[in-house]
Amino acid sequence: MSTPFYVSPQQAMADRAEYARKGIARGRSVVVLTYADGIVFVAENTSRALHKVSEIYDKIAFAAVGRYNEFENLRIGGVRYADLRGYSYDRADVTARGLANVYAQTLGTIFSSVGEKPYEVELIVAEVGRTDADDQIYRLTPDGSVVDEKNAVVVGGNADSIGNYLGQRHRAGLSLTEALKLAVDGLARDPNGGTPRTLTPEQLEVAVLDRQRVQQRKFKRILGGQLSRLLSGDESAATEEDEGTTTE
Amino acid sequence: MEANLSGTGRLPAAFLTPGSSSFLDFLDSHAPQLLPGRRQLPEGLTIEAPHGTTIVSAVFDGGVVLAGDRRATMGNVIAQRDMEKVFPADEYSAVGIAGTAGLAIEMVRLFQLELEHYEKIEGTVLSFEGKANRLTTMIRSNLAMAMQGLAVVPVFAGYDLDLGRGRIFTYDVTGGRSEERAGFAATGSGSVFARGAMKKLYHEGMTGEQAATLTVQALYDAADDDSATGGPDLARKIFPIVTLITEDGFRRLSEEEVTEIAVSITDQRREHPNGPQAPLL
Repeated sequence: MSTPFYVSPQQAMADRAEYARKGIARGRSVVVLTYADGIVFVAENTSRALHKVSEIYDKIAFAAVGRYNEFENLRIGGVRYADLRGYSYDRADVTARGLANVYAQTLGTIFSSVGEKPYEVELIVAEVGRTDADDQIYRLTPDGSVVDEKNAVVVGGNADSIGNYLGQRHRAGLSLTEALKLAVDGLARDPNGGTPRTLTPEQLEVAVLDRQRVQQRKFKRILGGQLSRLLSGDESAATEEDEGTTTE
Repeated sequence: MEANLSGTGRLPAAFLTPGSSSFLDFLDSHAPQLLPGRRQLPEGLTIEAPHGTTIVSAVFDGGVVLAGDRRATMGNVIAQRDMEKVFPADEYSAVGIAGTAGLAIEMVRLFQLELEHYEKIEGTVLSFEGKANRLTTMIRSNLAMAMQGLAVVPVFAGYDLDLGRGRIFTYDVTGGRSEERAGFAATGSGSVFARGAMKKLYHEGMTGEQAATLTVQALYDAADDDSATGGPDLARKIFPIVTLITEDGFRRLSEEEVTEIAVSITDQRREHPNGPQAPLL
Protein backbone atom coordinates (compact mmCIF):
# COMPACT_ATOMS: atom_id res chain seq x y z
CA MET A 1 0.00 0.00 0.00
CA SER A 2 1.37 3.38 -0.99
CA THR A 3 1.21 6.29 1.42
CA PRO A 4 -0.93 9.15 0.09
CA PHE A 5 0.74 12.54 -0.19
CA TYR A 6 -0.06 14.82 2.71
CA VAL A 7 -1.86 17.99 1.63
CA SER A 8 -2.61 20.51 4.36
CA PRO A 9 -6.29 21.50 4.69
CA GLN A 10 -5.35 25.11 3.98
CA GLN A 11 -3.68 24.10 0.74
CA ALA A 12 -6.57 21.84 -0.27
CA MET A 13 -9.12 24.61 0.23
CA ALA A 14 -6.94 27.20 -1.50
CA ASP A 15 -6.59 24.87 -4.49
CA ARG A 16 -10.31 24.35 -4.70
CA ALA A 17 -11.03 28.07 -4.43
CA GLU A 18 -8.49 28.77 -7.15
CA TYR A 19 -10.02 26.10 -9.37
CA ALA A 20 -13.50 27.58 -9.00
CA ARG A 21 -12.27 31.15 -9.43
CA LYS A 22 -10.56 30.31 -12.70
CA GLY A 23 -13.67 28.67 -14.07
CA ILE A 24 -15.76 31.73 -13.26
CA ALA A 25 -13.22 34.24 -14.57
CA ARG A 26 -13.42 32.73 -18.05
CA GLY A 27 -17.04 33.84 -18.55
CA ARG A 28 -18.64 37.19 -19.32
CA SER A 29 -20.03 39.20 -16.44
CA VAL A 30 -23.53 39.84 -15.14
CA VAL A 31 -24.47 43.18 -13.61
CA VAL A 32 -27.28 43.69 -11.12
CA LEU A 33 -28.32 47.23 -10.23
CA THR A 34 -31.11 48.78 -8.22
CA TYR A 35 -33.12 51.52 -9.90
CA ALA A 36 -36.11 53.61 -8.86
CA ASP A 37 -38.75 50.94 -9.58
CA GLY A 38 -36.83 47.81 -8.72
CA ILE A 39 -33.81 45.80 -9.76
CA VAL A 40 -32.39 45.42 -13.25
CA PHE A 41 -30.26 42.47 -14.43
CA VAL A 42 -27.95 42.88 -17.41
CA ALA A 43 -25.88 40.01 -18.79
CA GLU A 44 -23.71 39.74 -21.81
CA ASN A 45 -25.25 36.73 -23.51
CA THR A 46 -25.84 36.12 -27.20
CA SER A 47 -27.97 33.02 -26.63
CA ARG A 48 -31.73 33.42 -26.54
CA ALA A 49 -32.24 29.89 -25.26
CA LEU A 50 -29.72 29.56 -22.46
CA HIS A 51 -30.48 32.20 -19.89
CA LYS A 52 -28.15 33.66 -17.31
CA VAL A 53 -30.97 35.57 -15.63
CA SER A 54 -34.22 33.85 -14.64
CA GLU A 55 -37.32 34.09 -12.55
CA ILE A 56 -37.49 32.09 -9.33
CA TYR A 57 -40.67 33.34 -7.68
CA ASP A 58 -43.02 36.32 -7.42
CA LYS A 59 -40.42 38.84 -6.30
CA ILE A 60 -37.25 36.81 -6.59
CA ALA A 61 -34.88 36.41 -9.51
CA PHE A 62 -31.62 34.63 -10.07
CA ALA A 63 -28.51 35.50 -12.06
CA ALA A 64 -25.45 33.37 -12.50
CA VAL A 65 -22.09 33.08 -14.21
CA GLY A 66 -19.80 30.13 -14.66
CA ARG A 67 -20.52 26.63 -15.80
CA TYR A 68 -23.96 26.43 -17.38
CA ASN A 69 -24.98 22.92 -16.34
CA GLU A 70 -24.09 23.64 -12.72
CA PHE A 71 -25.96 26.91 -12.32
CA GLU A 72 -28.90 25.60 -14.34
CA ASN A 73 -29.11 22.76 -11.85
CA LEU A 74 -29.10 25.22 -8.97
CA ARG A 75 -31.72 27.36 -10.69
CA ILE A 76 -34.10 24.42 -11.09
CA GLY A 77 -33.45 23.44 -7.49
CA GLY A 78 -34.29 26.99 -6.45
CA VAL A 79 -37.55 27.05 -8.43
CA ARG A 80 -38.57 23.74 -6.86
CA TYR A 81 -37.62 24.96 -3.40
CA ALA A 82 -39.60 28.19 -3.83
CA ASP A 83 -42.67 26.55 -5.35
CA LEU A 84 -42.76 23.82 -2.72
CA ARG A 85 -42.40 26.36 0.07
CA GLY A 86 -45.04 28.63 -1.39
CA TYR A 87 -47.41 25.68 -1.77
CA SER A 88 -46.89 24.35 1.75
CA TYR A 89 -47.05 27.76 3.44
CA ASP A 90 -47.98 30.86 1.51
CA ARG A 91 -46.59 32.85 -1.39
CA ALA A 92 -45.51 35.57 1.02
CA ASP A 93 -43.30 33.12 2.91
CA VAL A 94 -40.85 32.61 0.07
CA THR A 95 -37.95 34.98 0.59
CA ALA A 96 -34.62 35.66 -1.08
CA ARG A 97 -32.92 35.32 2.29
CA GLY A 98 -34.22 31.77 2.71
CA LEU A 99 -33.23 30.85 -0.81
CA ALA A 100 -29.76 32.39 -0.46
CA ASN A 101 -29.31 30.36 2.71
CA VAL A 102 -30.20 27.11 1.00
CA TYR A 103 -27.88 27.89 -1.90
CA ALA A 104 -25.09 28.76 0.52
CA GLN A 105 -25.49 25.46 2.35
CA THR A 106 -25.58 23.55 -0.92
CA LEU A 107 -22.53 25.26 -2.39
CA GLY A 108 -20.64 25.08 0.91
CA THR A 109 -21.23 21.37 1.35
CA ILE A 110 -20.16 20.61 -2.20
CA PHE A 111 -17.10 22.85 -1.84
CA SER A 112 -15.75 21.10 1.23
CA SER A 113 -16.73 17.58 0.28
CA VAL A 114 -13.71 15.58 -0.86
CA GLY A 115 -15.70 13.39 -3.23
CA GLU A 116 -17.10 16.27 -5.30
CA LYS A 117 -15.52 18.95 -7.42
CA PRO A 118 -16.44 22.48 -6.37
CA TYR A 119 -19.07 24.23 -8.49
CA GLU A 120 -17.59 26.83 -10.82
CA VAL A 121 -20.43 29.28 -10.39
CA GLU A 122 -21.17 32.59 -8.78
CA LEU A 123 -24.80 33.46 -8.13
CA ILE A 124 -26.93 36.46 -7.37
CA VAL A 125 -30.29 36.10 -5.69
CA ALA A 126 -32.32 39.31 -5.58
CA GLU A 127 -35.71 40.22 -4.20
CA VAL A 128 -37.63 43.38 -4.97
CA GLY A 129 -39.38 44.95 -1.99
CA ARG A 130 -42.31 47.29 -1.63
CA THR A 131 -39.94 50.27 -1.45
CA ASP A 132 -36.32 50.58 -2.53
CA ALA A 133 -35.21 50.26 1.08
CA ASP A 134 -36.65 46.70 1.11
CA ASP A 135 -34.75 45.50 -1.95
CA GLN A 136 -32.33 42.70 -1.20
CA ILE A 137 -29.41 41.42 -3.23
CA TYR A 138 -27.27 38.46 -2.18
CA ARG A 139 -24.11 37.31 -3.89
CA LEU A 140 -23.01 33.70 -3.43
CA THR A 141 -19.53 32.42 -4.12
CA PRO A 142 -18.58 28.79 -4.87
CA ASP A 143 -17.37 28.16 -1.30
CA GLY A 144 -20.83 28.96 0.07
CA SER A 145 -20.25 32.47 1.42
CA VAL A 146 -23.13 34.90 1.18
CA VAL A 147 -22.51 38.58 0.72
CA ASP A 148 -25.34 40.99 1.37
CA GLU A 149 -24.93 43.57 -1.39
CA LYS A 150 -26.35 47.03 -1.90
CA ASN A 151 -27.06 49.08 -5.02
CA ALA A 152 -24.78 47.48 -7.61
CA VAL A 153 -23.09 44.12 -7.86
CA VAL A 154 -21.13 42.34 -10.57
CA VAL A 155 -20.16 38.69 -10.93
CA GLY A 156 -18.02 36.99 -13.55
CA GLY A 157 -14.89 37.79 -15.54
CA ASN A 158 -13.98 41.40 -14.82
CA ALA A 159 -16.10 41.72 -11.72
CA ASP A 160 -13.63 43.90 -9.82
CA SER A 161 -13.00 46.54 -12.44
CA ILE A 162 -16.66 46.77 -13.50
CA GLY A 163 -17.71 46.77 -9.84
CA ASN A 164 -15.48 49.77 -9.13
CA TYR A 165 -16.80 51.61 -12.13
CA LEU A 166 -20.42 51.04 -11.14
CA GLY A 167 -19.78 51.70 -7.46
CA GLN A 168 -18.52 55.19 -8.23
CA ARG A 169 -21.39 56.11 -10.53
CA HIS A 170 -24.46 54.40 -9.10
CA ARG A 171 -26.87 56.50 -7.08
CA ALA A 172 -30.29 55.87 -5.61
CA GLY A 173 -33.34 56.59 -7.75
CA LEU A 174 -31.86 56.01 -11.20
CA SER A 175 -34.44 55.64 -13.96
CA LEU A 176 -34.48 52.37 -15.90
CA THR A 177 -32.76 53.88 -18.93
CA GLU A 178 -30.06 55.45 -16.75
CA ALA A 179 -29.46 52.20 -14.86
CA LEU A 180 -29.37 50.25 -18.10
CA LYS A 181 -26.91 52.67 -19.67
CA LEU A 182 -24.66 52.50 -16.63
CA ALA A 183 -24.73 48.69 -16.64
CA VAL A 184 -23.95 48.46 -20.35
CA ASP A 185 -21.12 51.02 -20.04
CA GLY A 186 -19.69 48.92 -17.22
CA LEU A 187 -19.87 45.68 -19.21
CA ALA A 188 -18.35 47.30 -22.30
CA ARG A 189 -15.24 48.59 -20.49
CA ASP A 190 -11.90 47.14 -21.33
CA PRO A 191 -10.21 46.01 -18.09
CA ASN A 192 -6.83 47.02 -19.50
CA GLY A 193 -7.97 50.58 -20.10
CA GLY A 194 -8.40 50.35 -23.88
CA THR A 195 -11.36 51.69 -25.83
CA PRO A 196 -14.68 50.29 -24.63
CA ARG A 197 -16.46 47.79 -26.87
CA THR A 198 -19.89 48.50 -28.34
CA LEU A 199 -22.62 46.17 -27.11
CA THR A 200 -25.70 45.78 -29.30
CA PRO A 201 -29.12 44.72 -27.94
CA GLU A 202 -28.56 41.27 -29.53
CA GLN A 203 -25.59 40.69 -27.25
CA LEU A 204 -27.48 41.51 -24.07
CA GLU A 205 -29.88 39.66 -21.87
CA VAL A 206 -31.90 42.09 -19.78
CA ALA A 207 -34.61 41.49 -17.19
CA VAL A 208 -36.17 43.47 -14.38
CA LEU A 209 -37.92 42.88 -11.11
CA ASP A 210 -40.37 45.75 -11.35
CA ARG A 211 -42.29 46.61 -8.19
CA GLN A 212 -44.74 48.74 -10.22
CA ARG A 213 -45.97 45.71 -12.15
CA VAL A 214 -49.59 44.98 -11.24
CA GLN A 215 -49.16 41.23 -11.65
CA GLN A 216 -48.15 39.10 -8.71
CA ARG A 217 -45.06 38.00 -10.58
CA LYS A 218 -42.73 40.98 -10.79
CA PHE A 219 -40.14 39.45 -13.08
CA LYS A 220 -40.10 40.55 -16.67
CA ARG A 221 -37.68 40.10 -19.54
CA ILE A 222 -36.93 43.12 -21.69
CA LEU A 223 -36.62 41.99 -25.27
CA GLY A 224 -36.13 43.13 -28.83
CA GLY A 225 -37.64 46.46 -29.73
CA GLN A 226 -38.25 47.63 -26.20
CA LEU A 227 -34.62 46.95 -25.27
CA SER A 228 -33.32 48.89 -28.29
CA ARG A 229 -35.52 51.85 -27.44
CA LEU A 230 -34.45 51.81 -23.78
CA LEU A 231 -30.79 51.60 -24.75
CA SER A 232 -31.18 54.58 -27.04
CA GLY A 233 -32.49 56.55 -24.08
CA ASP A 234 -36.23 56.53 -24.75
CA GLU A 235 -37.71 56.89 -21.24
CA SER A 236 -41.26 56.18 -22.39
CA ALA A 237 -40.26 52.63 -23.37
CA ALA A 238 -39.91 51.74 -19.70
CA THR A 239 -43.66 51.58 -19.14
CA GLU A 240 -44.50 49.66 -22.31
CA GLU A 241 -46.58 46.60 -21.80
CA ASP A 242 -44.85 43.26 -22.16
CA GLU A 243 -43.96 42.90 -25.73
CA GLY A 244 -43.76 39.43 -27.13
CA THR A 245 -43.68 37.71 -23.76
CA THR A 246 -46.48 35.45 -24.87
CA THR A 247 -45.08 34.42 -28.20
CA GLU A 248 -41.44 33.90 -27.32
CA MET B 1 -24.40 13.62 1.21
CA GLU B 2 -27.99 13.27 2.28
CA ALA B 3 -27.35 15.22 5.43
CA ASN B 4 -30.23 17.54 6.34
CA LEU B 5 -33.44 16.85 4.51
CA SER B 6 -35.51 18.98 6.82
CA GLY B 7 -35.68 22.22 4.87
CA THR B 8 -32.71 24.10 6.19
CA GLY B 9 -29.29 23.07 5.02
CA ARG B 10 -28.30 21.65 1.69
CA LEU B 11 -30.92 21.13 -1.01
CA PRO B 12 -31.83 17.44 -1.04
CA ALA B 13 -30.77 15.48 -4.09
CA ALA B 14 -34.32 15.39 -5.48
CA PHE B 15 -34.19 19.17 -5.96
CA LEU B 16 -31.07 19.02 -8.09
CA THR B 17 -32.01 16.01 -10.18
CA PRO B 18 -32.59 17.09 -13.76
CA GLY B 19 -35.62 15.74 -15.55
CA SER B 20 -39.23 16.61 -15.05
CA SER B 21 -40.61 20.11 -15.50
CA SER B 22 -43.75 19.11 -13.67
CA PHE B 23 -44.32 20.24 -10.12
CA LEU B 24 -46.74 17.34 -9.62
CA ASP B 25 -44.09 14.80 -10.58
CA PHE B 26 -41.64 16.49 -8.25
CA LEU B 27 -44.13 16.39 -5.37
CA ASP B 28 -44.92 12.79 -6.17
CA SER B 29 -41.29 11.75 -5.81
CA HIS B 30 -40.19 14.11 -3.07
CA ALA B 31 -43.19 14.88 -0.85
CA PRO B 32 -46.09 12.59 -1.82
CA GLN B 33 -47.92 13.35 1.41
CA LEU B 34 -48.65 16.84 0.05
CA LEU B 35 -50.57 15.53 -2.96
CA PRO B 36 -54.31 15.66 -2.31
CA GLY B 37 -55.04 12.46 -4.28
CA ARG B 38 -52.74 10.39 -2.10
CA ARG B 39 -54.86 10.63 1.01
CA GLN B 40 -56.57 7.41 2.04
CA LEU B 41 -60.11 7.49 3.35
CA PRO B 42 -61.72 4.67 5.31
CA GLU B 43 -63.74 2.31 3.13
CA GLY B 44 -67.48 2.58 2.78
CA LEU B 45 -67.75 5.97 4.36
CA THR B 46 -69.11 9.07 2.75
CA ILE B 47 -68.11 12.40 4.15
CA GLU B 48 -70.28 15.44 4.18
CA ALA B 49 -68.42 18.51 3.03
CA PRO B 50 -69.41 21.78 1.35
CA HIS B 51 -70.05 21.46 -2.37
CA GLY B 52 -69.79 24.16 -4.95
CA THR B 53 -72.39 24.14 -7.64
CA THR B 54 -72.81 25.71 -11.05
CA ILE B 55 -70.19 26.87 -13.54
CA VAL B 56 -71.04 28.13 -17.03
CA SER B 57 -68.86 29.10 -19.94
CA ALA B 58 -69.40 30.48 -23.44
CA VAL B 59 -67.15 31.30 -26.38
CA PHE B 60 -67.54 34.70 -28.04
CA ASP B 61 -65.82 36.50 -30.87
CA GLY B 62 -62.26 36.93 -29.64
CA GLY B 63 -62.38 35.06 -26.39
CA VAL B 64 -64.30 33.10 -23.82
CA VAL B 65 -66.37 33.83 -20.70
CA LEU B 66 -66.24 31.68 -17.59
CA ALA B 67 -68.68 32.40 -14.78
CA GLY B 68 -69.88 30.78 -11.60
CA ASP B 69 -72.48 31.30 -8.90
CA ARG B 70 -71.42 31.91 -5.31
CA ARG B 71 -73.19 29.26 -3.27
CA ALA B 72 -71.69 26.29 -1.46
CA THR B 73 -74.06 23.76 0.07
CA MET B 74 -73.73 20.93 2.53
CA GLY B 75 -76.81 18.73 2.31
CA ASN B 76 -79.73 21.08 2.75
CA VAL B 77 -77.64 23.77 4.44
CA ILE B 78 -76.09 26.72 2.66
CA ALA B 79 -72.49 26.44 3.77
CA GLN B 80 -71.24 29.64 2.17
CA ARG B 81 -72.90 32.46 0.29
CA ASP B 82 -69.92 34.17 -1.27
CA MET B 83 -67.69 31.34 -2.32
CA GLU B 84 -65.38 31.91 -5.29
CA LYS B 85 -65.24 29.07 -7.78
CA VAL B 86 -63.65 30.67 -10.82
CA PHE B 87 -59.90 31.21 -10.78
CA PRO B 88 -57.26 32.25 -13.26
CA ALA B 89 -55.06 29.25 -14.11
CA ASP B 90 -52.47 31.42 -15.83
CA GLU B 91 -52.54 34.58 -17.90
CA TYR B 92 -54.61 33.05 -20.73
CA SER B 93 -56.77 30.46 -19.07
CA ALA B 94 -59.12 30.01 -16.16
CA VAL B 95 -60.68 27.14 -14.32
CA GLY B 96 -64.10 26.95 -12.70
CA ILE B 97 -64.95 24.16 -10.33
CA ALA B 98 -68.01 22.32 -9.17
CA GLY B 99 -67.80 19.64 -6.50
CA THR B 100 -66.22 19.32 -3.09
CA ALA B 101 -65.07 22.82 -2.26
CA GLY B 102 -62.04 22.03 -0.12
CA LEU B 103 -60.52 19.58 -2.59
CA ALA B 104 -61.41 21.74 -5.55
CA ILE B 105 -59.64 24.80 -4.20
CA GLU B 106 -56.57 22.76 -3.40
CA MET B 107 -56.65 21.29 -6.88
CA VAL B 108 -56.80 24.76 -8.41
CA ARG B 109 -53.84 25.95 -6.34
CA LEU B 110 -51.85 22.98 -7.48
CA PHE B 111 -52.92 23.45 -11.08
CA GLN B 112 -51.92 27.12 -11.08
CA LEU B 113 -48.58 26.16 -9.62
CA GLU B 114 -48.12 23.35 -12.14
CA LEU B 115 -48.50 25.78 -15.04
CA GLU B 116 -46.28 28.43 -13.45
CA HIS B 117 -43.63 25.88 -12.52
CA TYR B 118 -43.46 24.56 -16.07
CA GLU B 119 -43.20 28.08 -17.42
CA LYS B 120 -40.32 28.95 -15.10
CA ILE B 121 -38.36 25.75 -15.64
CA GLU B 122 -38.81 25.54 -19.40
CA GLY B 123 -38.88 29.25 -20.17
CA THR B 124 -41.96 28.79 -22.32
CA VAL B 125 -45.68 28.24 -21.70
CA LEU B 126 -47.50 24.93 -22.14
CA SER B 127 -49.74 24.51 -25.16
CA PHE B 128 -53.46 24.83 -24.51
CA GLU B 129 -53.98 21.09 -24.95
CA GLY B 130 -51.04 20.49 -22.66
CA LYS B 131 -52.66 22.51 -19.90
CA ALA B 132 -55.95 20.68 -20.38
CA ASN B 133 -54.14 17.35 -20.12
CA ARG B 134 -52.42 18.29 -16.88
CA LEU B 135 -55.83 18.94 -15.39
CA THR B 136 -56.98 15.50 -16.55
CA THR B 137 -54.13 13.89 -14.63
CA MET B 138 -55.06 15.77 -11.49
CA ILE B 139 -58.73 14.83 -11.64
CA ARG B 140 -57.87 11.20 -12.29
CA SER B 141 -55.69 11.07 -9.20
CA ASN B 142 -58.75 12.13 -7.21
CA LEU B 143 -60.90 9.24 -8.47
CA ALA B 144 -60.75 7.23 -5.23
CA MET B 145 -62.12 10.18 -3.30
CA ALA B 146 -64.69 10.92 -5.99
CA MET B 147 -66.11 7.44 -5.40
CA GLN B 148 -66.66 8.36 -1.77
CA GLY B 149 -68.64 11.41 -2.64
CA LEU B 150 -65.80 13.91 -2.87
CA ALA B 151 -65.77 14.58 -6.59
CA VAL B 152 -64.27 17.61 -8.29
CA VAL B 153 -65.53 18.48 -11.76
CA PRO B 154 -63.96 21.51 -13.40
CA VAL B 155 -64.47 23.50 -16.58
CA PHE B 156 -61.28 24.73 -18.19
CA ALA B 157 -61.59 27.71 -20.51
CA GLY B 158 -59.08 29.97 -22.11
CA TYR B 159 -57.76 31.76 -25.11
CA ASP B 160 -55.62 29.57 -27.35
CA LEU B 161 -52.88 31.85 -28.63
CA ASP B 162 -51.89 29.42 -31.38
CA LEU B 163 -55.40 29.08 -32.79
CA GLY B 164 -56.44 32.63 -31.93
CA ARG B 165 -59.78 31.80 -30.36
CA GLY B 166 -61.48 30.91 -27.09
CA ARG B 167 -61.82 27.24 -26.15
CA ILE B 168 -63.69 25.30 -23.48
CA PHE B 169 -62.93 21.87 -22.03
CA THR B 170 -65.23 19.99 -19.68
CA TYR B 171 -64.31 16.99 -17.55
CA ASP B 172 -65.99 14.08 -15.85
CA VAL B 173 -64.95 12.55 -12.51
CA THR B 174 -62.62 10.06 -14.17
CA GLY B 175 -60.67 12.87 -15.79
CA GLY B 176 -62.17 12.28 -19.22
CA ARG B 177 -62.07 15.57 -21.06
CA SER B 178 -63.99 16.79 -24.05
CA GLU B 179 -63.81 20.01 -25.94
CA GLU B 180 -67.14 21.82 -26.16
CA ARG B 181 -67.46 22.69 -29.81
CA ALA B 182 -71.01 23.97 -29.50
CA GLY B 183 -69.56 27.12 -27.98
CA PHE B 184 -70.99 26.84 -24.48
CA ALA B 185 -70.79 24.48 -21.52
CA ALA B 186 -71.92 24.06 -17.93
CA THR B 187 -71.06 21.84 -15.01
CA GLY B 188 -72.39 21.25 -11.51
CA SER B 189 -75.82 20.59 -10.05
CA GLY B 190 -77.55 23.45 -11.88
CA SER B 191 -75.84 22.72 -15.18
CA VAL B 192 -78.87 21.04 -16.75
CA PHE B 193 -80.94 24.20 -16.40
CA ALA B 194 -78.08 26.50 -17.32
CA ARG B 195 -77.36 24.51 -20.44
CA GLY B 196 -81.01 24.63 -21.41
CA ALA B 197 -81.03 28.39 -21.09
CA MET B 198 -77.84 28.84 -23.08
CA LYS B 199 -79.08 26.53 -25.82
CA LYS B 200 -81.89 28.96 -26.52
CA LEU B 201 -79.92 32.17 -26.07
CA TYR B 202 -76.48 31.40 -27.46
CA HIS B 203 -75.49 32.24 -30.99
CA GLU B 204 -72.17 32.47 -32.75
CA GLY B 205 -70.41 35.80 -33.11
CA MET B 206 -71.49 37.28 -29.76
CA THR B 207 -69.53 40.14 -28.23
CA GLY B 208 -67.82 39.74 -24.87
CA GLU B 209 -70.50 41.82 -23.20
CA GLN B 210 -73.31 39.73 -24.67
CA ALA B 211 -71.58 36.51 -23.64
CA ALA B 212 -71.18 37.84 -20.08
CA THR B 213 -74.90 38.64 -19.98
CA LEU B 214 -75.67 35.20 -21.39
CA THR B 215 -73.77 33.44 -18.61
CA VAL B 216 -75.48 35.49 -15.90
CA GLN B 217 -78.87 34.70 -17.49
CA ALA B 218 -77.97 31.01 -17.48
CA LEU B 219 -76.92 31.17 -13.84
CA TYR B 220 -80.20 32.92 -13.00
CA ASP B 221 -82.12 30.06 -14.63
CA ALA B 222 -79.98 27.49 -12.84
CA ALA B 223 -80.68 29.16 -9.50
CA ASP B 224 -84.37 29.35 -10.39
CA ASP B 225 -84.69 25.57 -10.64
CA ASP B 226 -81.80 24.18 -8.61
CA SER B 227 -81.80 24.79 -4.86
CA ALA B 228 -78.03 24.36 -4.61
CA THR B 229 -77.26 27.20 -7.01
CA GLY B 230 -77.31 30.74 -5.70
CA GLY B 231 -78.98 33.50 -7.69
CA PRO B 232 -78.06 37.19 -7.55
CA ASP B 233 -78.36 38.26 -3.91
CA LEU B 234 -79.53 41.88 -4.12
CA ALA B 235 -79.80 42.33 -0.37
CA ARG B 236 -76.25 41.25 0.38
CA LYS B 237 -74.90 42.46 -2.96
CA ILE B 238 -73.45 39.05 -3.82
CA PHE B 239 -73.33 38.51 -7.57
CA PRO B 240 -71.81 35.82 -9.77
CA ILE B 241 -68.13 35.91 -10.65
CA VAL B 242 -67.70 36.59 -14.35
CA THR B 243 -64.32 36.38 -16.03
CA LEU B 244 -63.28 37.14 -19.61
CA ILE B 245 -60.24 35.69 -21.31
CA THR B 246 -59.14 37.30 -24.54
CA GLU B 247 -55.96 37.95 -26.45
CA ASP B 248 -55.12 40.51 -23.77
CA GLY B 249 -55.27 37.91 -21.05
CA PHE B 250 -57.47 37.10 -18.09
CA ARG B 251 -59.81 39.73 -16.69
CA ARG B 252 -62.35 39.40 -13.91
CA LEU B 253 -65.28 41.78 -14.34
CA SER B 254 -65.35 44.37 -11.60
CA GLU B 255 -68.08 44.33 -8.97
CA GLU B 256 -69.77 47.33 -10.63
CA GLU B 257 -69.84 45.66 -14.03
CA VAL B 258 -71.36 42.43 -12.72
CA THR B 259 -73.82 44.34 -10.54
CA GLU B 260 -75.02 46.23 -13.59
CA ILE B 261 -75.60 43.04 -15.58
CA ALA B 262 -77.24 41.21 -12.66
CA VAL B 263 -79.51 44.13 -11.73
CA SER B 264 -80.71 44.64 -15.31
CA ILE B 265 -81.49 40.92 -15.58
CA THR B 266 -83.35 40.93 -12.27
CA ASP B 267 -85.34 44.00 -13.37
CA GLN B 268 -86.28 42.35 -16.63
CA ARG B 269 -87.33 39.18 -14.79
CA ARG B 270 -89.80 41.19 -12.72
CA GLU B 271 -91.75 41.60 -15.96
CA HIS B 272 -90.93 38.18 -17.41
CA PRO B 273 -90.02 35.72 -14.65
CA ASN B 274 -88.90 33.10 -17.18
CA GLY B 275 -86.50 35.44 -18.88
CA PRO B 276 -86.10 36.23 -22.58
CA GLN B 277 -88.27 34.20 -24.94
CA ALA B 278 -86.89 32.44 -27.99
CA PRO B 279 -89.12 32.32 -31.09
CA LEU B 280 -91.09 29.12 -31.64
CA LEU B 281 -90.04 28.59 -35.20
